[in-house]
Amino acid sequence: MLSYLRKRIISSALPLLVVIVGVFALARLTGNPASLYLPLNATEQMRADFTARHGLDQPLLVQMADYFGGVLQLDFGTSLRTGESAATMALRAFPATLQLAATTMVLAILLAVIVGSWAALKPNGIADRISSFVSMAAASIPDFWLAIVGIWIFAITLGWVPTSGVTGAAAWVLPIGTLVMRPFGALVQVVRGAMVSALSEPYIKLARSKGASQTRVVTHHALRNASAPALTVAGDLTVGLVNGAVVVETIFGWPGIGKLMIDSILQRDFAVLQACVLLTAVAIFVLNIVIDLLYALLDPRVRPASAVSRARKARPAPAPVETAPANA
Amino acid sequence: MSQTIQDLPGTGPAPQTGPGAGARPDAKSNNPGLFRMLLRDKFASAGAVILLLVLLTAAFGPMLMGDLATRQNLLFANKAPFNPANGWEYFLGSDSLGRSVLARLVVATRTTLAVAVPAVAVAMVIGSLWGVWAGYHRGWRENVSMRVADVIMSFPSLLLAVVVLYVFSPSAANIVLILALTRIPIYLRTARAESAELQSRTFVDAARTFGARPNAIIRRHVIPVVTPTILTLATLEFCYVMLAESSLSFLGIGIQPPDASWGLLVSQGRQYLQTAWWLSIFPGLAIVITAISANMLAAWLRIATDPAQRWRLALPGRRKLIVRLKAKESK
Amino acid sequence: MTMTSTAETSAGRTAACPVVLRVEGLDVDIRTPAGTVRAVSNAGFEARAGQTLALLGESGCGKSMTAKAVAGLLDPVAHVAGGSAELEGRDLLRMTPKQRRKVAGAELGIVFQDALTALNPVYPVGVQLGEAFRIHHGASAARAREQAVQLMRRVGIPEPESRVNAYPHQFSGGMRQRILIAMAVALSPRLLIADEPTTALDVTVQAQIMDLLRSLREEGDMAVVLITHDLAVVAEEADDVVVMYAGTVAEQGPVGQVFANPRHPYTKGLLESVPVDAERGSSLASIPGSPPELKNIPAGCVYQDRCPLAQAVCRQERPVLREVAPGRRAACHFSDSLATASTLEEIQP
Repeated sequence: MLSYLRKRIISSALPLLVVIVGVFALARLTGNPASLYLPLNATEQMRADFTARHGLDQPLLVQMADYFGGVLQLDFGTSLRTGESAATMALRAFPATLQLAATTMVLAILLAVIVGSWAALKPNGIADRISSFVSMAAASIPDFWLAIVGIWIFAITLGWVPTSGVTGAAAWVLPIGTLVMRPFGALVQVVRGAMVSALSEPYIKLARSKGASQTRVVTHHALRNASAPALTVAGDLTVGLVNGAVVVETIFGWPGIGKLMIDSILQRDFAVLQACVLLTAVAIFVLNIVIDLLYALLDPRVRPASAVSRARKARPAPAPVETAPANA
Repeated sequence: MSQTIQDLPGTGPAPQTGPGAGARPDAKSNNPGLFRMLLRDKFASAGAVILLLVLLTAAFGPMLMGDLATRQNLLFANKAPFNPANGWEYFLGSDSLGRSVLARLVVATRTTLAVAVPAVAVAMVIGSLWGVWAGYHRGWRENVSMRVADVIMSFPSLLLAVVVLYVFSPSAANIVLILALTRIPIYLRTARAESAELQSRTFVDAARTFGARPNAIIRRHVIPVVTPTILTLATLEFCYVMLAESSLSFLGIGIQPPDASWGLLVSQGRQYLQTAWWLSIFPGLAIVITAISANMLAAWLRIATDPAQRWRLALPGRRKLIVRLKAKESK
Repeated sequence: MTMTSTAETSAGRTAACPVVLRVEGLDVDIRTPAGTVRAVSNAGFEARAGQTLALLGESGCGKSMTAKAVAGLLDPVAHVAGGSAELEGRDLLRMTPKQRRKVAGAELGIVFQDALTALNPVYPVGVQLGEAFRIHHGASAARAREQAVQLMRRVGIPEPESRVNAYPHQFSGGMRQRILIAMAVALSPRLLIADEPTTALDVTVQAQIMDLLRSLREEGDMAVVLITHDLAVVAEEADDVVVMYAGTVAEQGPVGQVFANPRHPYTKGLLESVPVDAERGSSLASIPGSPPELKNIPAGCVYQDRCPLAQAVCRQERPVLREVAPGRRAACHFSDSLATASTLEEIQP
């Protein structure tokens, strides 16, 4: 476990560092924030003061060194907009995004498993055709448009739900309904594909030869095997959601990390932007570890040798390496 | 010593048993052309036809309706769609300046495709060549390439878009570059995986033994095998890139007025949602229909270009699957 | 019941053994891009308690398809088009899915070819071994586990108590095949179908597996249907043999008689191609050509293209499977001449 963690940290650290440095440099390329935060008639002196106060007059390398020095002491800088600690702002926005992401994924996975399995029972049957069209449509609808249509129908015309905000359960309906579409569409296709191939495996025939019922074959034997490839894709989709659903959060005024990120980009609030990038990177790092653990739980063949060595004293056969299909 | 029938000299390869036993058509004698197979799949052919129509609209539409798209007519502002009394130009309604929604949609088709198609093409060519190269040589080239892909993948693409918007001009060409750059890793990873698998195969080994140079092997043996997968992926990516461009335009960091893309039209119509729903709904429908078409074509391509699955498409229509046996006559 | 009465006179030992499985006129169709083809045509045989019946043939000859049709495990593109398969008097092919599930495992066990793919990779073998007890006897998880340990001991897996929680990929090929066999005989079925149970194994392990199958058959007085392409296995293990070619039965009867005195040129060709006393450097006998594709099965005899005896009548008329000696049947116009001639060359009508 420790060596696994070490390997994970090493392989994630370098890309993360490059990303942070890149964000740091690129953000400063967007221009001097002074013009956004000072009145239009500000004097040159005021501009110079502002720039010097925030250390923006230093060479880029010095600024970077300062920043990373701060990060090592858990000081992530302060927001230009509010003067608050950037870390506090990012941490405050994050739960809203996580709630949205978690609810969306739970819903998407549940629906996709039901629809995908149902479609896989008869490949090319009527259920399969319907579900393949529905899932394609779901994956093809742009979220901003779906959000607008949702607002138009359910908020403006019918008045059932509020147009934005986080108050009450009704406020969740439209954001979740919008966000769930793409993961649902993608997952239905993955679950269906994995179930079709699982159901054609010899072990399904073996189960049937023991007299297992259709329900038992599907839920016990096929679904368990199909869950590993589905998990890979579900993991990627969750990563996308944890990064912040910028469009949906913007349209529905959802105070999440995606909205905070786009706001701080547009406002040149560098410290907040960097804090957001760091926070999501850490979250995604943790998420990937959770996914790896779940994967090992679902598929005994990828478990590290130590975990199963208790059971295999007598005659360890080499574990056949079965690589999961690369998801496109 | 057990002599098995399969080892017998003189018994040729027999049809495999297993799923679809004997169902695989002889590759040469019984393989209908790609085009004829496409015609057999109603969904995929519909998708192909729609994509073709969209392409034709983008190519010739602006020539026919370019003037109409910019002609303002305040007397004809905010006309509702589907009213033949307004004339065919206003069949899809008009906006607050009295411009024809239909004409604006047609002109936006060109902008949308002019971003999506080059972005996909650039990303596909660079990404897949890079991936094939990295996968063929393995070693450090592969490692470095994969780390670069990781970095690009975890970079906030919104920030890139904003940088380009502020620092460079927010032209369509720059948006193409951003979208291409952020999608290169997709092709890179796929092409690398396939190429790495291929380079260990016997036929590539054989070519190497005969002294063929790496570039020649890649050109002759690797690229032709990888191409179908990459083309399928590109069809899917077209869908993704189009959605990404419309998202950027919707957020105000993509295509800028007076240009118009479908995503920008949705965004501009948003504030009139209560009074003129058609301004947002129709451009959005255009995106949805085009994206679904591309998806359906890609789904079909994926099966049609896979030799192991192609026979499925050639199967005749399924009649009654389970034939109930007649009760046996008593003897 | 002519078969039973004639068998009594010739092979006395089969008389005491009741017929467990009787297949008659079995047809199996497959849908292909080129249309529907018949993969198995008019197959028929009987398997008796305590005896082994071998289905012998090349791959693609329909022997596996026949077994799958009997077991109700055909792939979706295939279906039974006619005939019957009676397991102790009840026709398997006309059962409802529910009735079939009651029979499957309890009265009819199957050993699959490749144990690695046939075992579910995500469950410990103990769970899979116990599954039949849970389905048919409603056993508790703990009870099923005990039964699994007993089964593992019965098929000769060392340390069953600790290995019961191991996963299939942690066993060797031979051990996996033992587990698969244990699964098939878990509920002491009347009929055991073994579909090329040793193909994926080393030669030394093959012998062990065949020994295990034999002892289990004798213990449980099971009828075993052994599907194989291995002439040596048939000679050693089987009591009766059904030789299949291109979806049809070419010849059937007691192994000793069929192998000593084949009544179909295909059987004869097969036997002659076994290099028994061949000298080093001499060329091996072989059957020229290859089996017809299912969609191009010729009118007349299915073997005509490769048969040294083929005459005009073979191109026009398909020979019916008829009794050629007590307890033996063959589908050849010339099976009577084959009985007397010692080599194929002698038969020149």
